[in-house]
Amino acid sequence: MKEINKFSLRIPSRSNNESFARTVVAAFAAQLDPTVEEISDIKTAVSEAVTNCIVHGYKNSIGNIYINCEILSDKSLKIRIRDRGCGIENIKQAMEPLFTTAGGERAGLGFAVMESFTDSLKVRSTVGKGTTVTMVKRLNVKEDE
Amino acid sequence: MSLNIKASGEVVTVYLMGEIDHHTARSIREEIDAAIEFNMPSLLILDFDGVSFMDSSGIGLVMGRFRNLQKNKASLSITNLPPNIYKVMKLSGIEKLAKIEKGA
Repeated sequence: MKEINKFSLRIPSRSNNESFARTVVAAFAAQLDPTVEEISDIKTAVSEAVTNCIVHGYKNSIGNIYINCEILSDKSLKIRIRDRGCGIENIKQAMEPLFTTAGGERAGLGFAVMESFTDSLKVRSTVGKGTTVTMVKRLNVKEDE
Repeated sequence: MSLNIKASGEVVTVYLMGEIDHHTARSIREEIDAAIEFNMPSLLILDFDGVSFMDSSGIGLVMGRFRNLQKNKASLSITNLPPNIYKVMKLSGIEKLAKIEKGA
């Protein structure tokens, strides 16, 4: 699929950047003329991925979060969110709904939200090296010229 | 993010406003828990009418308050959920634990 537009962003894993990150991706996705619901889905999925980098990837330290976004020629949005944090030992278990290592105030639904609010979700992780989440959201699927 | 808390008899109503994520959830949690501790309500109502964004941190927030209320055998009601917030909340299965109402 041909790439039409793209951006890259590097931000420190501070929690006040959660809102910044999802707003930037939503503003970029606006080029695809998405519906209100699609924009909300994108913001929610990005928020989950970035929060995972902060809460799990880097835990109590500050590291870089790398966000790469591409608009593809089939009007889909590809979002890659990467950290160089601790990595995930068991991805299958981490992706199970309600599983969390972060204690009582976390619902353990981050990956479940990403999965249900986008069209595809891939997670790659190496312990000690970091985690990369790649999501694709197709937009304007219905009325197309 | 801001919130308004109204206590009347045994009912505490929390009007949430703005965006709920991992960053804002902590202060919301502290304010609601303080109100629960002070008023000891038999019913806590969380009103989401003014909420523009919520991710799964909001689900964690609701689940945590539910567990807190259970200690006093109090119940929880979630009301005025905008469509985008309802969509997130639905994933949690929380409707088995609390009464949920969509907004108009």
